[in-house]
Amino acid sequence: MRYLPKSPAERELMLGEIGVAKVDELFAPIPAEFRLTRDLAIPPQMAESEIVDWFRERAAENANGASILLGAGAYNHYRPLVIDSLISRGEWFTAYTPYQPEIAQGTLQAIFEFQTMICELTGMEVANASMYDGSTGAAEAVMMAMRVTGRGEAILARTVHPEYREVIATYAKYQGMPLSEVGFTENGRVDLAALDKAITPQTACVLIQSPNFFGTIEDVAAIADVVHAKGALLVVSIAEALSLGIVKPPVEADIVSLEAQSFGVPLSYGGPYAGVIATREKFIRQIPGRLCGQTVDRNGKRGFVLTLSTREQHIRREKATSNICTNQALVALMVNIYMDVYGKNGLRELAEQNLAKAAYARKALGAKSKVLFEGAPRFNEFVVQTKGNAEAIRKRLLDEHNIIGGLPLKKYYPELGEASLWCATELTSKAALDAAAEEVGR
Amino acid sequence: MSDKNIKKVSSHPSQNEGLIFEHSSPGKKAYRLRQLDVPTVDAAKELGSALRGEAAALPEVSEIEIIRHFTRLSTWNYAVDYGMYPLGSCTMKYNPRVNEVVARLEGLAGAHPYQPEAAAQGVLRVMKTLADQLIEICGMDAITLQPAAGAHGELTGILLMRAYLESKGNPRKKILIPDSAHGTNPATAAMVGYEVENLPSDPSGMVDLAALEAQMNEDVAGLMLTNPNTLGIFDAQIGKIAEILHRKGGLLYMDGANMNALVGKARPGDFGVDVMHLNLHKTFSTPHGGGGPGSGPVACKKHLEPFLPKPIVVEGANGQLRLDYDRPQSVGRVRAFFGNFGMHVRALAYIMANGPDGLRQTTEDAVMNANYVRSKLAGIYDLPYATPSMHEVVFSDKLQTKNGIKTGDIAKRLIDYGFHPYTVSFPMVVHGALMIEPTESEPLEELDLFIDAMKSIAEECASEPELVKGAPHSTRLSRLDETAAARKPILRWKPETK
Repeated sequence: MRYLPKSPAERELMLGEIGVAKVDELFAPIPAEFRLTRDLAIPPQMAESEIVDWFRERAAENANGASILLGAGAYNHYRPLVIDSLISRGEWFTAYTPYQPEIAQGTLQAIFEFQTMICELTGMEVANASMYDGSTGAAEAVMMAMRVTGRGEAILARTVHPEYREVIATYAKYQGMPLSEVGFTENGRVDLAALDKAITPQTACVLIQSPNFFGTIEDVAAIADVVHAKGALLVVSIAEALSLGIVKPPVEADIVSLEAQSFGVPLSYGGPYAGVIATREKFIRQIPGRLCGQTVDRNGKRGFVLTLSTREQHIRREKATSNICTNQALVALMVNIYMDVYGKNGLRELAEQNLAKAAYARKALGAKSKVLFEGAPRFNEFVVQTKGNAEAIRKRLLDEHNIIGGLPLKKYYPELGEASLWCATELTSKAALDAAAEEVGR
Repeated sequence: MSDKNIKKVSSHPSQNEGLIFEHSSPGKKAYRLRQLDVPTVDAAKELGSALRGEAAALPEVSEIEIIRHFTRLSTWNYAVDYGMYPLGSCTMKYNPRVNEVVARLEGLAGAHPYQPEAAAQGVLRVMKTLADQLIEICGMDAITLQPAAGAHGELTGILLMRAYLESKGNPRKKILIPDSAHGTNPATAAMVGYEVENLPSDPSGMVDLAALEAQMNEDVAGLMLTNPNTLGIFDAQIGKIAEILHRKGGLLYMDGANMNALVGKARPGDFGVDVMHLNLHKTFSTPHGGGGPGSGPVACKKHLEPFLPKPIVVEGANGQLRLDYDRPQSVGRVRAFFGNFGMHVRALAYIMANGPDGLRQTTEDAVMNANYVRSKLAGIYDLPYATPSMHEVVFSDKLQTKNGIKTGDIAKRLIDYGFHPYTVSFPMVVHGALMIEPTESEPLEELDLFIDAMKSIAEECASEPELVKGAPHSTRLSRLDETAAARKPILRWKPETK
């Protein structure tokens, strides 16, 4: 086997040193009745070239090269080439969690930079080293709010990504945390009056998403006023991180849960991505996940370590803030590099391009169909209600134009009828939008 | 450092390098945007009061500075590509390059999670193929690939147990967890609303069967067991353990962190495990990435299948694959979309490269390497359990503490010899533990260098204890002050002028 660095003679020699005649003697602790005496029923060893061929064939079965007019929590942005060039260094991808800081300063400093950038972007004071993704990050943020407030219930906006809400429901179920939902108004934003009524003295937090699942930017300040007046925390989930290039950060929030996939992370059929939790300094003892902090070595030189680990499972066991251990360090590194490539001005210019594409897309698709939720600002997504069946339109776009069209919403929001969620990014061509507009209007 | 005959390294390469922010200067850039093919818009008009005022203070740097910054930083990391990385329970094996190449193929890396199933047959085939092969490897009946990491898999597994027991009328109150378990186990049980009850080990390092008999009752949902456990010991009473649990209606959860000791040699499903997670980043060679992304599929027996997270990939009679959401008893979702698909690709490529004989040989080599280290270091370091080791071996620092040297010091000194330290002070059942997992990826030459280093350090503990206590001496930074970091946390950079 080509990954195994031993010759038969070396194996013989080693077994001799150990003092066994056959390797199977080392497996004697496993009772004979439980030992596998046959080959696993899986295909025989494949050559590297056969493996590449097999995956190339699979890759060709996925609408390769199609125009993607779809977001909904996973965004098709350009990935600068330096990202993969850098993260392909073995020092980055074949290292592990920086438990030994003297030989992990690369990873640690990169995390420290990442935490800083997330603070700058979100307007929060501290950020963790990453969570699995935006959905689990949102669930952890809600549980964190419960710990901070000592209250036991949470309210989720229906404009939060439906799958995020499903994940939160799974997490909350056995925490004894009742969840309720609050709806939206004509303009696609959280129904403030209904929210005001829904909050009780037991409400730990209200979770909103902005831009929300419909692409609409919530009035975070107004929501925060309502939430804070009743002593609850406001948790803001952001699925489209690039919006922060041009949209006011949710500085009124108590906890921000960001999905950073937009920043240089491949779509990769939904993962791996990287979530991150950012919050106010006063809540750091309740934040889940790894934190990297600055310190000095014995000679006074600046260095970085994992810190405040008394919050974590390996110390606190069942009393930990979360069971999370591994996070998404390599993905956070991609995000760090992406933010360096675009920097202060580039992120804004890129976000402006998205804004322009989406404005054009809304106009084009809205010519013969109805764009829902007028009257509130949007970033790069929007909802279109069609006369024809949304699934049928989607199929035609794929079959005839190699376009992956908007996501039909009937499954999640039956009250919206034949509605679908569309997205335009800097990679979306005018030609694809014009073609889609044609079909949508038919 | 005294002039020693250290064969593997002289010093670690390092250039000084500041934070990326410290390279920033207004107007530098590393990007050029595409020509816009639609009219520009007035952002202020589009967004109104939602317009961002001040831009985020991200660095302004050029492309070459980014390349140099992250290249220099990278050299401060130790990595599997440099050498042996014997972190016990982490399975730091070789990360094959073909895995990285196929995961980046445009049709896989560029697939949107909501593209129609008809246009996602390739990605679904990858998931289905991996799922089927992992089921066979574990000897289980069903699997979900949705969990993003090992601890996330634990959460999913315990949710399955709870949902199953609830369907039987009583979710029960407690989960038993051996004292040698990973911290994630009790933390997970608590997240699913269970009380944690500690289960003691017997003098051989295995589950104390009498204690299990006494503690097992109708209040206990099940046992979370790592097997081999964190001492590297395969619990030979596993059949009996499963029987005790099952007799009283409990379930056996296996933490698959140490599956690298079993693949192709024994199957958890055959020894009574009801549900288990795998760490694709340990056993199946997906890279650890400096701490993620991982992937933690959960495999289970038939009776738990109805409760698996939704959706799961199913194959129709015509060979068409689809995502099945119609699962009324499902525990729900544990993550948006379908899990860390990019890791699924890599794990499958690894299994393909190995085949049944390669996987078996891998396990044999992993166990042989650990036993080789054990045979060479026993006596030089205290071996608290004489019970045979599987894929990892746990020593203690008992023989060295008489010179005032602890496991953490030995670990730091190992850095000077060109190795990543073993896992320090874990499992907690061993005072001053040195937990060593070489994995199958180490050549004999590297193992011998490691053994020489460990022997040399043991001598230094007696002859030059201060040398060991002051280690590492060869790194860019010396020991870091972790206490100061926690006392007054500095968690982000701020410009000095602010």
